[in-house]
Amino acid sequence: MSTDYRTPAPSAPAPPGARRERPRRARRRSKNPLPALVLLLFAVFFVLPVIWLLLAATKTDDQLVHANPLSFGSWHALRANWDALTGYQGDTVMLWLRNSALYTFLALVITLVVVVPAGYALALTEFRGRHTLLVATLVVMLMPSATLVVPLFLEMNAVHLIGSMWSVILPYSFYPFGVYLAYIYFSTAIPRSLLEAARLDGCSEFGTFRRIALPLATPVVALVGFFSFVANWTNYFLPYVLLPQSNQFPVQVGLGTLLDDVPQFNPTVGSLAVQRPELALATLLAITPVLVVFLFSQRFLIAGMLAGATKD
Amino acid sequence: MSISARNRAESERATRRTLWPGRAGHGFVALYVALLIAFGVVPTGYAIYFAFTNAGNTFAGFSNFTDAAADFRFLPAVGHVALYLVLWLLSLVVLVIGLALLLHRLASRRVSKALRFLFYIPGALAGAASVMVWLFVLDPTVSPVAFLLRALGLATFDQVVAPGGLPLLFTLIAFWTGAGGWILVMYGALNNISTDILEAARIDGAGAWQTARRIQIPMLRKWIVYMCILAFAGGTQLFVEPQLLSQASVGVAGRDYSPNQLSYDFAFQNNNVNTAASVSVELLLLGLVAAAVFVSRSGFFDVD
Repeated sequence: MSTDYRTPAPSAPAPPGARRERPRRARRRSKNPLPALVLLLFAVFFVLPVIWLLLAATKTDDQLVHANPLSFGSWHALRANWDALTGYQGDTVMLWLRNSALYTFLALVITLVVVVPAGYALALTEFRGRHTLLVATLVVMLMPSATLVVPLFLEMNAVHLIGSMWSVILPYSFYPFGVYLAYIYFSTAIPRSLLEAARLDGCSEFGTFRRIALPLATPVVALVGFFSFVANWTNYFLPYVLLPQSNQFPVQVGLGTLLDDVPQFNPTVGSLAVQRPELALATLLAITPVLVVFLFSQRFLIAGMLAGATKD
Repeated sequence: MSISARNRAESERATRRTLWPGRAGHGFVALYVALLIAFGVVPTGYAIYFAFTNAGNTFAGFSNFTDAAADFRFLPAVGHVALYLVLWLLSLVVLVIGLALLLHRLASRRVSKALRFLFYIPGALAGAASVMVWLFVLDPTVSPVAFLLRALGLATFDQVVAPGGLPLLFTLIAFWTGAGGWILVMYGALNNISTDILEAARIDGAGAWQTARRIQIPMLRKWIVYMCILAFAGGTQLFVEPQLLSQASVGVAGRDYSPNQLSYDFAFQNNNVNTAASVSVELLLLGLVAAAVFVSRSGFFDVD
């Protein structure tokens, strides 16, 4: 899809001009160290808290306060934090992680089943209401998902679905941005002549979709999957409202519960107390799946974020 | 054979989309439309219904809206979010564009790519995780930048989360998690500008600053508008950050801070879903109008 935007032109062998340009640019840069300094400063700003978080999980609460903030604690302390965290309300943290995984996975499957044919139809078939549906998709996709949380609560309450995991999975599965990504993909990636050929060969409409569009859909499945996973894994507001029971929390909401039991933030906590390094460890556990996905799918991410301009 | 020849001859327009008789298109979008109705249209309609009725399900006109507006927490919440939006949009526009331009000028593509990735990492901590991290980073007793906080005269966590500083604090969190993604977008858009134009500018004697101001930034315009619209719409929905902060400070800071929290509290603390719905409808309308204006006016999306 947006390959043009993902990688700048010089994936081809660099033209001689480009080579000459580098040292010159470098020289100009060396005259003024300010840009490099600014970039470095922001790199520290973006990364330092993450590094601190990684290290915090290896410390005792005492070390957290008194040791150098950027020092490594000990494996022993990490182990102790892990044990304390898994011991919290009988392994609740793992349950929350499993909940998150279950909700995002089921939503992902439904999203893909819904999005791929819808994007295909919007891009390559003609039907009444197609244009309206496309515009509606764009508008809803630009609206923040939080706008619908309280209204969704009212709706789910009316159909007695509050507390059912489907009350978050189904709204998660409604993913207009995914439909738009699939629409862009199919309208640029599949040559129309291919569909014409299939049609002439007497392929049924569903047959054409199954034999031509589906086998070519892998990139868009990955792309939509990536965005759907990240969006749903990090969602807080919707499950916070629709799943009131602790044993149904996804890990994001669970973090809030842990926070309530940290004595430094809530002095009224009694014996349940969660130490700060344990909260740091829980935060790390909560973000690890997203971090891993990031590391392995940077290119999807950029392609997707630039999807809006692929058809200029 | 002759059919295919005729088809090809028919026109570009016909091949733009393969036209089929029948309702296959409807079949393919049926599931999506069902979800759109169930989780887009119905909740919206339901919220509107609640917003204009009272607990006895009779028509209440605008009384829920005036009730909400008359609540002592309402205007401050709107003010908080407005201030936060100003800071958030300003920081996005200035810093994201500035950083993208700097990255784009970097001689080494490797370094540029590595930096872009580093800038993006906090995106993985979106939501509650970012709040956790910043609760720590802003707590002078454990912060890795405690010296900075102390230099600013902030010795305790309570001082850091004093009400006056909260819009800045939420901007910081939002920028930390969200800026990296936008930097990627702007960087990609900068790469899109033809090198011929930049080369011509250089020959004409334009320096980096002039090139940025007269060529690059104008050509990024629609992306900047896109970013602002999404950031604006997202920003009006502020919820997680103040909600968790209010937990962390035992209700001292961040309680009923944003309209979304207020809507939540009307529904769940005051058991007044009608007033809650009226606030939701206002927020919905704001998001809807911003999105619709953008889609129809910007020419950003191609909808044939």
